[in-house]
Amino acid sequence: MPPQRANGNSRIMLAGLGLLVAAIAVYAAFQLFSPPPSEVDVAYNTVSGEGFYQVMFETEAQPVPVNETHEWVLTVTTPDGAPVTDAEISIDGGMPDHGHGLPTEPRTTENLGEGRYRVEGMRFNMGGHWEIRIGIDAEPGLDEAVFNLDL
Amino acid sequence: MPVARPFLAIGALAGFLALSACDPAPLSADEKAKIASLVIDELAALPAAPANLYADNPQAVAFGKLLFFDQGLSGDGHISCATCHMPDRQFQDGLPRGVGVAQTDRRTMPLAGVGWNVWQFWDGRRDSLWAQALVPLEDRREHAGNRTAYAHFISANHSKAYEAVFGPLPELERMPSDASPLGGAAERAAWTTMSVAERDAVNRVFANIGKAIAAFERTLEPGETRFDRFARAIAAGEAPTGDAAFSDLELEGLRLFIGKANCLECHNGPRFTDDHFHNTGVPPMAADELDRGRAVGIGEVLADPFNCLETYSDAQPGACTALRFMKRDTAVMERAYKTPSLRGVAQRSPYMHAGQIASLDDVIDHYSTAPDAVAGQSEIRGVIFTDRGRKALIAFLKTLDAEGPNDP
Ligand code: HEC
Ligand code: HEC
Repeated sequence: MPPQRANGNSRIMLAGLGLLVAAIAVYAAFQLFSPPPSEVDVAYNTVSGEGFYQVMFETEAQPVPVNETHEWVLTVTTPDGAPVTDAEISIDGGMPDHGHGLPTEPRTTENLGEGRYRVEGMRFNMGGHWEIRIGIDAEPGLDEAVFNLDL
Repeated sequence: MPVARPFLAIGALAGFLALSACDPAPLSADEKAKIASLVIDELAALPAAPANLYADNPQAVAFGKLLFFDQGLSGDGHISCATCHMPDRQFQDGLPRGVGVAQTDRRTMPLAGVGWNVWQFWDGRRDSLWAQALVPLEDRREHAGNRTAYAHFISANHSKAYEAVFGPLPELERMPSDASPLGGAAERAAWTTMSVAERDAVNRVFANIGKAIAAFERTLEPGETRFDRFARAIAAGEAPTGDAAFSDLELEGLRLFIGKANCLECHNGPRFTDDHFHNTGVPPMAADELDRGRAVGIGEVLADPFNCLETYSDAQPGACTALRFMKRDTAVMERAYKTPSLRGVAQRSPYMHAGQIASLDDVIDHYSTAPDAVAGQSEIRGVIFTDRGRKALIAFLKTLDAEGPNDP
């Protein structure tokens, strides 16, 4: 029964084709909708590289805005929670994936006491992954804390 | 089934191609978020202008509008701001380089949305609209006048309108007719004969002319486009209908723009600009006199006697955020220019800071070949576009066309 066989074959082929298209569609949808694997830890609270300081930032602008110059308040403590009140703080950063730095030169403009420091001039000029490095020089030693932000 | 395999593969391929051709994949959540970030509704409220006390004063707006179109405000009585910033052409002139009394070095910039700018000019050498307006007034290729003559002109022609906003004009009778610390030798010499108080009085009138014009310019808002109607629907989770619906080509262009072509790195937000400066490897107009862009603009804005931190500013120093936290690293700003807005861009060729690139086709070529910069480092990494990709990008840019003759 050649015709029937042919028929059966094409039915199998059609079914296979349908399955394949469906599989591709599902895969494509999965690729499109699944968030990219997160490799970085997004936190507003971190420990400096050598472990000398616990550093936290807060900002009134929530979520952290793009194309808007805004302020941060940094809180610096020792790992056991004692405020670091007389630190020299420097701020640097950029987008590692794009090889460019910050569009501004932010700096601390006020020591608010109790380990809190006002930072002015923060600005991000595109969405994506930013790295902010906070240099801290105080009694425990020189150290750097890094914040990873996904905007 | 040794025979069926290739059939199956071909069949699957055909099915897949057909899928992508007549039914583009639905927009992902990430794409939708990016599209929503560009819609005009995302435009923040007009930022305060702390250096200009009169920025939102309706009488200053009306007076500034008058001055913007007043050819009397020039050395030869024939040039106004509108000579180059034409209201029916998105407040620009369509020329490679602006022409007043003579040709300038740069392309006239459109003015829609300038109230939202952080920096003014291609190189950001001014930090406010009012300080910007004073530059063309004394540039010998533009209005070619001088500040003392302008003070006399205001006193003779607009004293009522001026005094209603800024208070009494100073005594000008005994002051020279033409004097300025810039300008020609005679004007500079005349300026040195004036007392400190007289110079201050003239500077104040000059600054106030700028402040009135700035108040008017702040009213020039970017208008809604077809793209905005499309994006608004997408942001609301609805299917765009009527003229808001995009063709497959326009959608493809938009996806390239926010995706593989990386345009969003710089042309982002509802004004399609990050308000920052980038070297994009655009070749100079003339190699002999190299324009260094932002690398020079940084020093100029710091030295400007009319900047936010100086005498004629109305701001508390703390409010001069842009200037205080300005990136001062000139090395990375070599031949960097301010990212222009792309709203209305298809309707205003030629392109770039000196009109170096004639058409949008050539702009896409530029982003595709990504030539090395003659100085500094270009940030552009070349993107290979298919013929359809090029057409798609341009089709998308046209959805940003300004609507109506007076809608910048
Ligand atoms: C001769 C033509 C010409 C005249 C006249 C002129 N401009 Fe311009 N305008 C230009 C050019 C060219 C630029 C860009 C110059 C540069 O970046 O160096 C510009 C830039 C500007 C900008 C900056 C826009 C931005 O997005 O950064 C503003 C604002 C502006 N002009 C307003 C004015 C005002 C107000 C007047 C009248 C007082 C005026 N212009 C007169 C040609 C002109
Ligand atoms: C690295 C930042 C950056 C990226 C990425 C970028 N642009 Fe630009 N774009 C600029 C700057 C800066 C200028 C002005 C350059 C100059 O005048 O020298 C510009 C100019 C333009 C202009 C001319 C506008 C005018 O008024 O002259 C168009 C059109 C344009 N870009 C479209 C695009 C498209 C499309 C893409 C993506 C393929 C893109 N840009 C990617 C920064 C960028």
